[in-house]
Amino acid sequence: MFDFLHKYASPRNFYDFAGILIPWLAGVTVVLLAIGLYQGLFLAPPDYQQGQSVRIMFIHVPAAWMSMFVYMVLAGAGAVGLIWHLKLAEMTAAAAAPIGASFTFLALVTGSLWGKPMWGTWWAWDARLTSELILLFLYLGFMALQAAIDDPKRAARAGALLALIGVVNIPVIHFSVQWWNTLHQPASVSSIAKIGAPAIHPSLLWPLLIMAIAFTVFFAVVLLMRLRAEILHRERYTHWVAERIKS
Amino acid sequence: MKPRHKKLIAVSGGVTLLVVAGLLVLNAFRSNLVYFRSPTEILSGEVSTQGVLRLGGMVDKGSVKKIPDSLKVEFKVTDFQKCITVRYEGILPDLFREGQGVITQGRLQPDKVFVADQVLAKHDEKYMPPEVANSLKGKAGPKSACETSL
Amino acid sequence: MNWSEFFAMGGYALYVWGSYAAAAIVLLLNVVAARRREQSVRRELQNLQTLNPSDSE
Repeated sequence: MFDFLHKYASPRNFYDFAGILIPWLAGVTVVLLAIGLYQGLFLAPPDYQQGQSVRIMFIHVPAAWMSMFVYMVLAGAGAVGLIWHLKLAEMTAAAAAPIGASFTFLALVTGSLWGKPMWGTWWAWDARLTSELILLFLYLGFMALQAAIDDPKRAARAGALLALIGVVNIPVIHFSVQWWNTLHQPASVSSIAKIGAPAIHPSLLWPLLIMAIAFTVFFAVVLLMRLRAEILHRERYTHWVAERIKS
Repeated sequence: MKPRHKKLIAVSGGVTLLVVAGLLVLNAFRSNLVYFRSPTEILSGEVSTQGVLRLGGMVDKGSVKKIPDSLKVEFKVTDFQKCITVRYEGILPDLFREGQGVITQGRLQPDKVFVADQVLAKHDEKYMPPEVANSLKGKAGPKSACETSL
Repeated sequence: MNWSEFFAMGGYALYVWGSYAAAAIVLLLNVVAARRREQSVRRELQNLQTLNPSDSE
């Protein structure tokens, strides 16, 4: 398996492969976003309690899901880099961080914009909101660490350790609404008890899921873009990079 | 054993330990992470009622009394076991409704009335169009928890 | 449903459109930042090549 990984996860092959993949995935993102926005803004009905403000959900929930998913990608890549010294994994962790931070920021901002009219406050120090804020700090800490250490190998190792310690926060975010009394309501879609029967009507669930897939593919596009730049940078003294720059 | 395998075991072991440690710490601090208290907890003296605290529960059906020509309002908060009367003056959030969740912040007076300076609405995880909600109605529970069973 | 009603969002215009605008900005900045990073790396590589046109392995 290791030989296989080495062949196809070599920065050079990956660079070319990502170059082919990016335009296709970008196209998929645009189509999914168009469908999701049309469904979310025009087809989805207002909520029986929250009225039109429920449409914030189609941004807020996918952003919040992505904030956790990207963190798992970051930590997973960090672990792979730590164990197998796979350069591509180290670069993936570094490239994922700013994207994850931006999704976390978006989840917090839209949550605030939703909380003000519905709950009556922009912010509350309840367990869900606080743990999501800690996630943002974890991303920022990881990025600061990467920027502070010049040697890419040491930076990757330190970052991976921080990322792995921070993994504790992910189940805390997810289960915070069950473990403690919070202002934030329990999960509507992703709780195990609700598989097959989410607490969201299909007319509201579909745009939510489509937007979530759109965000995921979008993440892949930006991650690949950042990875390509990172590969060029790290391999800047190699022959193959020089070849590709000439053309 | 290859050094790589050793490292794999070390890393996964470290992560497992951290997760377990984190969960234990969190469990210990559980009570401190609680955002609000129920009427039962407050009235039974389980928690200190000195100073500012948060009271959460359902707004009892039929209990909301708005004082005319003012922002003053009075309602009962219940956890279907105990009820506490809340007095508040200010703007209520859009989701403040009878039979819905609410979290109020304030002080418990000696006469067991809770004087709040902030009222937040807590909603449940259900989302549906109004027509669907209407068709589900009719199965509503007893009118007031505070008037009937208590 | 007419358009002014649509933009009013039942009185929640500020919050709903604010959220969608925030999303648009965040998505756009992600693409812009990734592009910029690639451009700066390419510039760095061009400089490397002009400094050392023979290029070493």
